[in-house]
Amino acid sequence: MDRFVWTNGLLEMNETLVIQQRGVRLYDGDDKAKLDVGVVLLSTHRLLWRDQKNHECCICIPLSQVIFFEEQAAGIGKSAKIVIYLHPVPENKEPGPYQQSKYSFIKLSFKEHGQIEFYRRLTEEMTQKRWENTPVSQPIPTGVGPKAARTRAVGIVGIERKLEEKRKETDKNISEAFEDLSKLMEKAKEMVEVSKSIANKIKDKQGDITEDETIRFKSYLLSMGIANPVTRETHGSGTQYHIQLARQLGDILQAPLEERGGMMALTEVYCLVNRARGMELLSPEDLVNACKMFESLKLPLRLRVFDSGVMVVQLQSHSEEEMIASALDNVSDKGSLTAEEFAKLLGLSVLLSKERLLLAEKVGHLCRDDSVEGLRFYPNLRLTNNF
Amino acid sequence: MHRRGVGAGAIAKKKLAEMSKQLETFKTNLEEFASKHKQEIRKNSQFRVQFQEMCATIGVDPLASGKGFWSEMLGVGDFYYELGVQIIEVCLALKHRNGGLITLDELHHHVLKGRGKFAQDVSQDDLVRAIKKLKAMGNGFGMIPVGGSYLVQSVPAELNMDHTVVLQLAEKKGYVTVSEIRDSLKWERERACHVLDHLLKEGLAWLDSQAAGEPQYWLPALFSELLSRDITPEEASQMTP
Repeated sequence: MDRFVWTNGLLEMNETLVIQQRGVRLYDGDDKAKLDVGVVLLSTHRLLWRDQKNHECCICIPLSQVIFFEEQAAGIGKSAKIVIYLHPVPENKEPGPYQQSKYSFIKLSFKEHGQIEFYRRLTEEMTQKRWENTPVSQPIPTGVGPKAARTRAVGIVGIERKLEEKRKETDKNISEAFEDLSKLMEKAKEMVEVSKSIANKIKDKQGDITEDETIRFKSYLLSMGIANPVTRETHGSGTQYHIQLARQLGDILQAPLEERGGMMALTEVYCLVNRARGMELLSPEDLVNACKMFESLKLPLRLRVFDSGVMVVQLQSHSEEEMIASALDNVSDKGSLTAEEFAKLLGLSVLLSKERLLLAEKVGHLCRDDSVEGLRFYPNLRLTNNF
Repeated sequence: MHRRGVGAGAIAKKKLAEMSKQLETFKTNLEEFASKHKQEIRKNSQFRVQFQEMCATIGVDPLASGKGFWSEMLGVGDFYYELGVQIIEVCLALKHRNGGLITLDELHHHVLKGRGKFAQDVSQDDLVRAIKKLKAMGNGFGMIPVGGSYLVQSVPAELNMDHTVVLQLAEKKGYVTVSEIRDSLKWERERACHVLDHLLKEGLAWLDSQAAGEPQYWLPALFSELLSRDITPEEASQMTP
C-alpha cells in the first residue's frame, strides 16, 4: 500500500475512465488496509480508489507500476479479490496513505461483486498500455529500478527479484530482437531495390524476357511480399502457386457451392477454406488471385463482382436465368419480399439474397419500394402484363 | 553483325539469376531471425507493430500471401489471416443488431472473447491490419474514423463524407437529431434528413420517434450497453453460413 499517492481524483487531459466499481476494500498485502470501503476506478493510465463516504480521500497508482495481477476466488464469508503485484516504490514518489509497507502487493476485495468485468478491463488496459502512447500532462512517477535495501519480508523479496530479472531479460530480448529486425530489414530493402531495377529493365524491353522468366520473377516478388512493379496486364497470369490453389478450390468448393444454391460470398469462402486448413492459411489476396484464374484454367467456377462491390464465387453450371426466374416466383408467391425475408426462405445469407433480388430487378422482373421501413421487392407487373 | 549477350533483355536475365541467389540468402537470414525471435512476434504486439511499420517503410507487404517467406517462416501470416476469419465471423453474427457497423472496441471485445483465455494476445493495431487485408475481398470492409477510434464497416453500404460526418457527430451520445446536425454542421434540413434516411434504410440507424422533443436517430453500433451482451447461440450459428 505504500505505492499509492494522494490525488484529487480528476482525470488528466488524455486520460479516460475505463470502468469503476463500488464496494471495494483495499488490502495491504494480506492485511486489511486502514481505509474503509470505497470505489475503485480504472483509467487508461491509473488505478484509483476513492472512499465512498469521504470523497476527499482519494488515492491512485500508475498502471506502469503493476507487474502482474491475478484473481482470487471468493470463499465462504470472503469476497472475490484481485491481487496486484507492484514494482518497488520509486525514488520520487509523492506522499500517500502509507509511508511504508512490508508487502509488495495489494488486493482489491469486491464486496459488491464486479470483479469479473474489472479483471477483464484491467487485463485489456495492461495489454494495450495506452498510457505509453498518450502521456498525461502531470508527470506520473513510473516504476524505476529496484532498491534492494527497501524490500523486507521473507519470500516477497525472492518473488520481486525473479520478476525484476524476468523483466530485464525480456527487455534485453526485445532490444536484441529489434536490432536483428533492423538488420533483416536492411537486407529486405536490398531485395526491393533489385526487383525494381529488374522491373524497369522488363518495362523497357518487354520482348526480351520470356514468359517463363516473368512467371519466375512474379514468384520471387510473391515470396518477398513486394508488389509487382511491372505495369503490364497481369490478368490471368498468376504464379504457379495461384494456379495450384485455383485447382484445389475447384475441388473443395464444388459441394459447398451446390449446397448454397450455386453462389458464395468471397468472405464466406475465405472463412470456409481457412477454417478447414487450420494452418498455412490463405491470405485474402491469395484467394482473390486464385479465383481470378478460374476462367483461364477452364474450371467450373467463376469469380464475379456485383455492382455493389460484393465478390462471389459462382458455379459455372449455375444458371443466371434460373436464379432470376425463381426469385420472381418466390416474390410473386408472397406478394412482396425484403432481402431478409428472402434469405430466410432460401436459407441463404442476407447479402446474397439481396444480390439476387437486385439482379432480378436489373433485368426488369422486379421493382422496388424503398422506404425507411426497408427495401421491399414486388413483381414488376408491367413486364408480366398482369395488370 | 549481331552482338549477342548485350541489350536490356540479357541484362534482365542476368539480374534475375542474381536475384534468385540473393533470395536464397535472404531466406536463410530470415530463417535465422525466425529461430531466434519467432516467439517475440507471437507474444509481443508492440513488436508486431514495429515489424509491420518497418516492412511498410521499405515497400514490403508481409501479409500479401500465405506463400510469402514472412508468412511461412515467421508465421505472421497465419496470425493475421486467422484474425481475419474471426473478424468476419463476429461481424456476421452481430450484423442484424447493428446493420454492419461496429466500433473497433466492441469488435476487439468479441474477438478476444472468442479466442479464449489462453490464446495469443491481440491488439487493436492487429485488428486494423487484418481488416485492411480483408478489403481485397470486396464486401465493403472498411474503417471510419470516429471519436479517436474507428467504426468498422462490414457491409457494402455506401457511406460518403456526409454520412461519415453524421456518424462522428452521433458518437458522443449514440444518437443524433436533425436539429443537432443543423446546429453543428450548418446543413439544411433536407440534407440532414437525406443522410439520416439513408442510414435508416441501411439498417445502421434506428428511429426513436417517441423521444421527448424531436425524433432521435440512434446508432446501434455506438450503444455502449451492447458491449456487455455476448453473442447468442443463435447469432453464433450465423457465423458459419
